[in-house]
Amino acid sequence: MAEKPVNKSAAPRSNVRVIGWCLGSVAGMFAFGFALVPLYDVFCDITGINGKTSGRYESTEISAADMDRTIKVQFLAQNGPGMPWIFRPVDRSVEVHPGEPTTINFYAENPTGLDMVGQAVPSLSPSEGTLYFHKTECFCFNQQPLAAGQNTEMPLVFIVDPDLPDYITKLTLSYTLYDQGEPQAALKNTTINDNG
Amino acid sequence: MSAVAGTHAQDQHHGPARGFSRWLLTTNHKDIGTMYLIFSFTMFLIGGSMAMVIRAELFQPGLQIVQPEFFNQMTTMHGLLMVFGAVMPAFVGLANWMIPLMIGAPDMALPRMNNWSFWLLPCAFLILLSTLFMSGGGPNFGWTFYAPLSTTYGPPSTTFFIFAIHIAGVSSIMGAINVIATVLNMRAPGMTLMKMPMFVWTWLITAFLLIAVMPVLAGVLTMMLMDINFGTSFFNAAGGGDPVLFQHVFWFFGHPEVYIMILPAFGAISQIIPTFARKKLFGYSSMVYAVGAIALLSFLVWAHHMFTVGVPVAGQLFFMYATLLIAVPTGVKVFNWVATMFRGSLTFETPMLFAIAFVILFSIGGFSGLMLAIAPADFQYHDTYFVVGHFHYVLVPGAIFGIFASAYYWLPKWTGRMYDETLGKTHFWLSFIGMNLAFFPMHFLGLAGMPRRIPDYALQFADFNMVSSIGAFMFGSTQLLFLFIVVKCARSGEKAPARPWEGAEGLEWEIPSPAPYHTFTTPPDVK
Repeated sequence: MAEKPVNKSAAPRSNVRVIGWCLGSVAGMFAFGFALVPLYDVFCDITGINGKTSGRYESTEISAADMDRTIKVQFLAQNGPGMPWIFRPVDRSVEVHPGEPTTINFYAENPTGLDMVGQAVPSLSPSEGTLYFHKTECFCFNQQPLAAGQNTEMPLVFIVDPDLPDYITKLTLSYTLYDQGEPQAALKNTTINDNG
Repeated sequence: MSAVAGTHAQDQHHGPARGFSRWLLTTNHKDIGTMYLIFSFTMFLIGGSMAMVIRAELFQPGLQIVQPEFFNQMTTMHGLLMVFGAVMPAFVGLANWMIPLMIGAPDMALPRMNNWSFWLLPCAFLILLSTLFMSGGGPNFGWTFYAPLSTTYGPPSTTFFIFAIHIAGVSSIMGAINVIATVLNMRAPGMTLMKMPMFVWTWLITAFLLIAVMPVLAGVLTMMLMDINFGTSFFNAAGGGDPVLFQHVFWFFGHPEVYIMILPAFGAISQIIPTFARKKLFGYSSMVYAVGAIALLSFLVWAHHMFTVGVPVAGQLFFMYATLLIAVPTGVKVFNWVATMFRGSLTFETPMLFAIAFVILFSIGGFSGLMLAIAPADFQYHDTYFVVGHFHYVLVPGAIFGIFASAYYWLPKWTGRMYDETLGKTHFWLSFIGMNLAFFPMHFLGLAGMPRRIPDYALQFADFNMVSSIGAFMFGSTQLLFLFIVVKCARSGEKAPARPWEGAEGLEWEIPSPAPYHTFTTPPDVK
């Protein structure tokens, strides 16, 4: 290795440069792996695939309800692993006209002896309908604290977009409720909807 | 031949050191190549014995030998050891031994790093194997370690698993950088890129794939580590993450990874078939471009592993067509191998037998891959034994037979002695029959609906499973014969000439057998 290669045809190339390029690519691809996380979220948000419904909808124009069409919207509720709450929709399904705001409620009860916090995560199917399902108010936007033995009804206000493709006649919205552990001091003081 | 004359003089005062420190401290590409190959074969036997446990449990329906928890650890560790411990290091070993000899270089470009990248591997796999003895057992979530199975529900040893695969990944990346630097900077004068042997070409492209995807694997492992230990929620839906994201990132690594495991075998087969057909490789430049095309396409097809997670129709169509497109360059390669053999003066020594079996059986694996690529059909095949049959058909007669063919082909150069041809052919035929018996019935089992990764199954799957297990025992025990053949060859084989194969061409056959400790200290002339 010490002796210089007797290289007549090509100019000798530097190993340091090759290593530099390779290590640069390695660092770049490592960063790309992490960049996939926000890229994936943005991609899902734009295309609506994966059933990820977007955040709070703020309508800029009031579109007239399309009274000719009726869409059946079904609601599912389930608990994440280890979540002991009772969680169900008050109405299992509702028929709506596209464009009209509808309010429905979900019932949640904390039957344990501990103060807890829950977080609901929505998913819509078929995923082609995701972009046309707008939530103007949803309990899933915030964490939901419930004291021991407390119960509550949590509201959801939604509008089905009149642009919903014709072949979709039924939408299913599913919520999974996850245990977020014990409430922190700040959350404890802001208990909402105390029905119990 | 001036290179050889110079070598002898140098050998006397600069031979290898003695004892263990020779192997611990060596920077010689031949020593390191040998260590890689021995390490890889050790992992092959350990991973293989885990496969024997799996097949013994599946010999009959019902739970007989192991508990389901241990069965899951066996399937997971079998996959991890074979992919990261056996196949990848075997090809790095072949690269270390052969690339400098093939391009007329005195050694790899970065010998010190070469030593380091080898010695990381035993550390990584000792850590990985030690997880089997930890409380809660070793990894049990499949070699694909899908979150949240591996994060929320993984055993406590998962952090050790992450660390082990991280180290193995670092080793692969260093090996790849070494190959790139060697091939780009160390070629003998006159060895232009388009004169390089196919094995060197395929390894150069493989090295670029490794550089591109191993860091992504490191990324996904790091995200897992953070989810498990630092309270992040990359893959945890409760915290706003998404388990499907894991599959996207994993398969962005995982699909190029399967080409990392097969492209060097393509290269070795492209060396062996022309030798025993006594003809030049048909369509050399189309072979190079086909490998490049396969490597590029491999980045665009990852979601065909996850059609059933709810990919939208447009996405399914894109990934389906992109996957089917890979059949085109692969078909070019298979066509060229067959055309090389067409009207050649064929002889059927052991390397050639493995090479021909490679072409036929890899094509079968390719065809079942096409079936799986068709999105609507995949909904039936997904996570069944059909998938197991498919990827064992591409990895066993693909990667493993490619490695066996290379080992028999270059053994005379490595040891200076010929292996026993009769035993070699016995090894081939027992492996060929055993492998087909083991994996072909898996296709039928999968089509009939038997799911993957289960320790017990419904009664109607019993017969094919028994056939499959018998084939697996046959294939597994035959590999001990290979160990015997190699030891016998190295100790008492007949002396091999510099060019033991009549039709062999290339710089590696210009030097004596066994290859002297230092070769090409002055670059050879390339015509």
